[in-house]
Amino acid sequence: MKLHMKMASSLLAAVVSTLLICAPVTGTELKIVMESRLGNLDPILSASHQTRDHGYLIYDTLFALDAQQKIHPQMVDSYKVSEDGKVYTFTLRDGLRWHNGAPVTAADVVASIKRWGKRDRMGIALMSITSDVSAADAKAFSLTLSTPSGVILDAFAKPSGVPLFIMPAKVAETPVTEAITDYTGSGPFIFKADEYQPGVKAVYVKNESYVPRKEEPSWFAGRKLAKVDRITRIEMADPLTSLNALNSGEVDYVQNINSDLMPLVNASKVTTARLDQLGYQISYRFNHLQAPFNNKLVRQAALWAIGQQEVMQAQFGAPENYKLCGAVFGCGLPYESDVLAKMVMKPNVEKAKALLKQAGYDGKPVTILHISDIPSLSSVAPVMAQQLRAAGFVVDLQAMDFMTMLSRRANQGPTTEGGWSIFITSWHNTEIQEPLRNFMIVSEGKGGYAGWADVPAIPQLTKAFLTAGSEAERKEITTKIQSIVYDEGVFAPLGSFARISGYSKDVKGVLPAPANIFWNVSKGVP
Amino acid sequence: MFGYIVRRSVMTIPVMGVVALIVFALLHFAPGDPAAIMAGDSASPAQLAEIRARLGLDQPLHIQFFYWLGQLGQGHFGTSLHSHKPVAEMISSRIGPTLSLAVTTMTFSLLVAIPMGVYAAWARGRLSDRLVMMMAVLGFSTPVFVTGYALIYLFSLNAGWFPVQGFTPLATDPVRFLQTATLPTLTLSAVYVALIARITRSSVLEILGEDFIRTARAKGVPEARVVLRHALRNAAVPIVTVAGSGAAFLISGVVVTESVFNIPGLGRLMVESVLARDYPLIQSLMLLLSLIYILINLAVDVLYMVFDPRIRA
Repeated sequence: MKLHMKMASSLLAAVVSTLLICAPVTGTELKIVMESRLGNLDPILSASHQTRDHGYLIYDTLFALDAQQKIHPQMVDSYKVSEDGKVYTFTLRDGLRWHNGAPVTAADVVASIKRWGKRDRMGIALMSITSDVSAADAKAFSLTLSTPSGVILDAFAKPSGVPLFIMPAKVAETPVTEAITDYTGSGPFIFKADEYQPGVKAVYVKNESYVPRKEEPSWFAGRKLAKVDRITRIEMADPLTSLNALNSGEVDYVQNINSDLMPLVNASKVTTARLDQLGYQISYRFNHLQAPFNNKLVRQAALWAIGQQEVMQAQFGAPENYKLCGAVFGCGLPYESDVLAKMVMKPNVEKAKALLKQAGYDGKPVTILHISDIPSLSSVAPVMAQQLRAAGFVVDLQAMDFMTMLSRRANQGPTTEGGWSIFITSWHNTEIQEPLRNFMIVSEGKGGYAGWADVPAIPQLTKAFLTAGSEAERKEITTKIQSIVYDEGVFAPLGSFARISGYSKDVKGVLPAPANIFWNVSKGVP
Repeated sequence: MFGYIVRRSVMTIPVMGVVALIVFALLHFAPGDPAAIMAGDSASPAQLAEIRARLGLDQPLHIQFFYWLGQLGQGHFGTSLHSHKPVAEMISSRIGPTLSLAVTTMTFSLLVAIPMGVYAAWARGRLSDRLVMMMAVLGFSTPVFVTGYALIYLFSLNAGWFPVQGFTPLATDPVRFLQTATLPTLTLSAVYVALIARITRSSVLEILGEDFIRTARAKGVPEARVVLRHALRNAAVPIVTVAGSGAAFLISGVVVTESVFNIPGLGRLMVESVLARDYPLIQSLMLLLSLIYILINLAVDVLYMVFDPRIRA
């Protein structure tokens, strides 16, 4: 009897262990919490980082950057450039299919490039020298330029701002001022539109028919292997609640843990890391249309009055949480320069006072739009205000949420009619690393970016950058731009910071990248 | 009473009309531009103008108002500017958690606070009265988010009895509903228990000093009957008033609790829609909340008549 019992239990154990080993890994769900809510589902219409991360889950890109910032083909199999550098011919790789099973065609790519080329700053620049973009057959398409350019693949591979996500032609034909309503992509995950609840959750399921590349994954390049069956993005308004949920195991990944909450992380259950090493540049821009910053000397006085160290320390505390950087196009990036950087890094109150006197500053108030609802920006404006006051400026600090700032910033009128003098924002370093992407240098007058600087030399140099023949030439152009930007007081950087993300110890394969990507991530199983 | 209810119900129509006008005016005169929010940080003036035109925001305000009113008249609440989902669908998906929380909170608060208040009044001046009142002061003066985080720390993170966040509808899983609703209910109840207990105590105390109570006691009516039947019933009007306004406040004002416990309710939807300047959604939400206020006030008035025959007369 005992023997029978022993045999039976051994058999049962064997069956159970076999089942456990052989059973397919089904139903793994990754629960993620991002820093802010997903408000727009069109990654071409909106440059929001939340929308971009949604885009990376469901769409694919023609080219992609790896961790060394080298460009690799992603949807493209091969490409060639004509000898005169004007014609690029691309061939799509095999196995690309939309989520509905239809094959991805060159016509889809062409329509996607055209829509993106009307919205993205780099895309618009690219289209300005493009005479034709067309499909040769189902898998081949070409781009014909009127002037050769060395940044075509950079534009196709850039990971932020508005990345070139490829959509089906009928979706990409949506006017660029109108949001798409069909979310069919060809990426490693499928968006479940029927489960989407704005402000509550968004759900993505594994795209079983996605054919990944063979290369090792690195940033946005290589193999995009969906290793979980389902990703549920849970919207949480409160940073402490999301950390509590991560500590208790209710969620698996939290995009951002504020530095003041770090002591509350349960290190036995949660891994923390700066997954995005490049980080963000914080910067401010003047309103060139209205007093007092319609005067170049007053702008220069403000640049000398404001110092980075004081601002970044007040905002981020410990030095390991931030970096000081006086480069217009970011530090540690290809076009870093220290030309005139001293104007924006350390305050020189005496110089600022002298410039104000020379400018005949009459005490006109400086209205600073103080964003109070974004933890990484909320302490910046009060410190800047104090630095400006120390130099003799009269400052009116107006607190508001980020969305109100966006609305208010569109007002070109004087401060007495709802206008403004300085706004503060942050950009990912991949969005400012060269002139074609960097909005803060835009100097095209009233029709340009908020602040409406009008410095014709900057758009001219930006155009020259687009058509420059060599990297050395591009470096020279960017250095010149930096010199003009600071001399004219177009904008000033305040430094950079990188977010800290947290994820459960149960989660493996999280890839560092300058966006939040979830391929290669597994949960519970190695 | 039926005639009174019908009259009051009809009166809500012009009130709602005025509310609609005020809400529309407030929204459109307040700073903010949904087009700027939709276009994002990098939009040019031309792109903004194009989006404004597409949304109809470039039309004169009175045309926008009458268009909205016309749509409302046909039962169309519009479409969210940002998510492009029908406003009615968005509100209906978010009203459940808020209503559930309001019902559990008010039920729990009334069940706890009224006996507490009655007992405190009956035991006036004793240690137990002081303890009850001390708890009431504590409950009323502790910010909701402090109570919420403290409960999460004790019962979720340490004891592991309840989830930290989220909400499961009663119809989906009753057990899970109780698990997810317990801590938010206790958090919100702290304030209402305090408020209702204090009002109950002072109202019952006042009645206990009346001549008819002395007469009842002199006639030998049992003390429990004196307190519950005679005193509490006559003290009901202020309690109903506080409970009514509390319920109305709960439906519109649970933003903090919904954020702390990540409950996808109307409070959070309102904040999100205001931040995004989602005009159709804000307008409909304001109308709905105004209607709820009016209906709760109507219910309170009816209850006055039930508890106090003099009002009925």
